[in-house]
Amino acid sequence: MEIRKNIFWVGAVDWNVRNFHGHTYTTKRGTTYNAYLVVDEKVALIDTVYAPFADEMIEKISEIIPPEKIDYIIANHVETDHSGALPRLLERCPRAKVVGTQKCKEGLYKNYYGNWDFQVVKSGDSIDLGRRSLTFLEAPMIHWPDSMFTYCPQEQLLMPNDAFGQHYATSERFDDETDQCALMEEAKSYYANILWPLGSVILKKIEEVKKMNIPITMIAPSHGIIWRKDPARIVNAYASWAANKTEASAVVVYETMWKATEKMARAITQGLTDSGVRVKLYDIAESDRTDVITQMLEAKGFVFGSSTHDNDMLPALGGFLELFKGLRPKGRVAFAFGSYGWAGGAVKEIEGVLQEAGVETAMPGIGIQYAPTAEDLKRCYEQGKAFAEEIKRR
Amino acid sequence: MAKYRCTVCGYIYDPQKGDPDNGVKPGTVFEDLPAGWVCPECGVGKDMFEKV
Repeated sequence: MEIRKNIFWVGAVDWNVRNFHGHTYTTKRGTTYNAYLVVDEKVALIDTVYAPFADEMIEKISEIIPPEKIDYIIANHVETDHSGALPRLLERCPRAKVVGTQKCKEGLYKNYYGNWDFQVVKSGDSIDLGRRSLTFLEAPMIHWPDSMFTYCPQEQLLMPNDAFGQHYATSERFDDETDQCALMEEAKSYYANILWPLGSVILKKIEEVKKMNIPITMIAPSHGIIWRKDPARIVNAYASWAANKTEASAVVVYETMWKATEKMARAITQGLTDSGVRVKLYDIAESDRTDVITQMLEAKGFVFGSSTHDNDMLPALGGFLELFKGLRPKGRVAFAFGSYGWAGGAVKEIEGVLQEAGVETAMPGIGIQYAPTAEDLKRCYEQGKAFAEEIKRR
Repeated sequence: MAKYRCTVCGYIYDPQKGDPDNGVKPGTVFEDLPAGWVCPECGVGKDMFEKV
């Protein structure tokens, strides 16, 4: 698949992968591992694919040129979904030099223990391929310390590895060919679940690239669809998410034992709804964590509830909040609620996580013993309404 | 001498220890780190640090 004259997509579509990074990310639409082959006087491959797809990639390359002819393999990122095919490929092209950052060199060694010919590059370094060249831009923590972007000035093509990617398996390769809703939903999910805590680094990098004033007419990430119709669309979306732009909406996430906490969750949700705040309600024991975090990305308010069990919150919410805490969301407001039998504990534990995550507890927690009365539910409803006003006010 | 934390990865710069692997002698206060100094763990710049 030629994406520009003599630049080929030689990646793989992983239609059936449903869990990624262990079980931290649900890839309900599968994913792709994108590798790009630049055929010039010299030949460069930008990134590889996950190891189980090595043969598929090598076959695609072989249809274009003998793999032995590859001079450079650019490793933008050490993570195994992009470097996994490297050992196999290097058996076929022992002449090739691997190119990446110092941290990438160290990381690749610690993953594969190969003594490969490695060229360390820094921001601004470039490699001449003949008619074209490749210039590198280090991008630490977008999203690992080793990450870097590769830019081909003659083609105005940016290959930023995981940045601007989506876990989205498709037969089509370009943004103008695919379902727009699915594309943006997966791009948002990717940002929320992987890049959310790195917003400050991302904003700075976007500014840096804008100041460099380099034309970019195509962004080819390492997962999913290539942005060619409107690359600015995804850059602007990233700038907005990274700046923590939110809307007056809320997400209620709870776990319940005997439905008392669920009744409270519904009353709070009704209060928010009646005050004109868009709200999503999730029983986290039944819901997909990746989806919930995606919905939280643009919401201003979060409400977390759990029954008390062994003086603590329930385990599905506990696991979810552990994930949530690592996202360190900025500029959000929240409160906790839940039903308990005797001593209680869940509300306090949730508030502790909020503090650790740097999220402001904007309202007192609501704890209710056993099943809520009509009066208790009225209180939950009223707090939902008050929280809606708080969300609108901020 | 104040310590500084990398807000991205959590690394703590301790001026008493400096960052000898990257040519920063022990006793160097954070403010005196060169402009191009980056977090030795994750590679982001000085401006991503906050005082502990």
